[in-house]
Amino acid sequence: MRTSEASPEGAVSLREVTRRFGEQRVLDGFSLTLAAGTVTALMGPNASGKTTVARLVLGLDVPDGGRVDARHGLRRAAVFQEDRLCEHLNAAENLALVIERSDRVAIAGELRAVGLDADAIPKPVRELSGGQRRRVAIARALAGDAEFVVLDEPFTGIDVETKPALIAYVRERLTGRTALLITHDRSEAAQLGARIVRLGS
Amino acid sequence: MVVHRDFLLASPGAVVVRLGELVVTGGFWATVATSLSRIVIGFTGAAIIGAALATLSSASRVAEALAAPLIATIRSAPVVSFIILLLLWTDSSRLAAYTSFLMVLPVMYANILAGIRNRDRALLEVAAVFRIPWLRRVRAIDVPAVLPFFAAACRTGVGLAWKSGVAAEVIGVAQGSIGERLYEAKLFLESADLFAWTIVIIALSVAGEAVVLWGLRRAQARFVGSGASVTTSRAGATP
Repeated sequence: MRTSEASPEGAVSLREVTRRFGEQRVLDGFSLTLAAGTVTALMGPNASGKTTVARLVLGLDVPDGGRVDARHGLRRAAVFQEDRLCEHLNAAENLALVIERSDRVAIAGELRAVGLDADAIPKPVRELSGGQRRRVAIARALAGDAEFVVLDEPFTGIDVETKPALIAYVRERLTGRTALLITHDRSEAAQLGARIVRLGS
Repeated sequence: MVVHRDFLLASPGAVVVRLGELVVTGGFWATVATSLSRIVIGFTGAAIIGAALATLSSASRVAEALAAPLIATIRSAPVVSFIILLLLWTDSSRLAAYTSFLMVLPVMYANILAGIRNRDRALLEVAAVFRIPWLRRVRAIDVPAVLPFFAAACRTGVGLAWKSGVAAEVIGVAQGSIGERLYEAKLFLESADLFAWTIVIIALSVAGEAVVLWGLRRAQARFVGSGASVTTSRAGATP
């Protein structure tokens, strides 16, 4: 397993992290520094531990060994591998749930910016298509004031025609923020200006 | 065998006539109000305390270790033992409220705790990552998950509250209550009264369930939206 070079001004860093699930060592002495204000893309085959890294930096999991460092009170957001939306709420309500001071006009603007049709906004998200739901999940992660964003395969289910516009939106919203992108697609990483880190053999 | 004596088994006609005579009296409504208010207090108390204990148990293993044996004891102890114990400690006017409270409490506790444990873990992680404020999380994630379980508890609980509450009134001969009317019917071999009051209890129980489910449907429309039917679900771990 290769590790990235450490950066002293990292917003979030993993040092010699080990994580086991039963007998299986998913991470073994893994180190990674996510430099403040930069996008890092984590690439690697399935089951190489990419999502485990995401869960560790989001504070949803704790390592068996090593350390995960992040500033206390760091504002986090994420696009999870699954959409993880509140199914009974509409798109705007899903955004309002996570935004500190929610403003209807700003939220509607954000949803239009990710390419959601105006008539889809008031519907409960369970009535939306897979692609529309993914756009809501992306808007939810990027509309607020999070300083650190994890994007776990964010463009899954997005059609090829509208993907470039969505990537442009994400790139613009990530400006000045620290981000960890998990992807299988090298061109997505390149378009978001990400430094690529490979995980697994 | 046909029973020709009305005092042993009143005919349906005699019961209807007696019911008609009863409902036009002020005493009937005063009796209904007395029992209804005590049973509503017992049921509501069980819902509030059950929800509080379930919330504590879901948050703390120590709280669950303390609450679970208590609830299990209340659940398995015979209702008459409670009624007689309560008669020693309190006067008969409070008996119905305490008894229905004790009978409904384990149902509320078990169902609400099951609902809390049934919450979507993925959404709870979203709430943790985004630091969704407590009240917003309760409205958006906790209440929609618990509501079908709470509805199942209410369906069971309303009938249980009436049955146990009136039984307590009969045993304690609580003054001015439906139980006292039933006791008198037995004492004076008035089987028409006995059936008439039984019909009243069933009607009150059914009406009570309808009112509670109407309230839950309104809560569902507000918190879950109209698409999902929580009140018709039998998802609860009804004991």
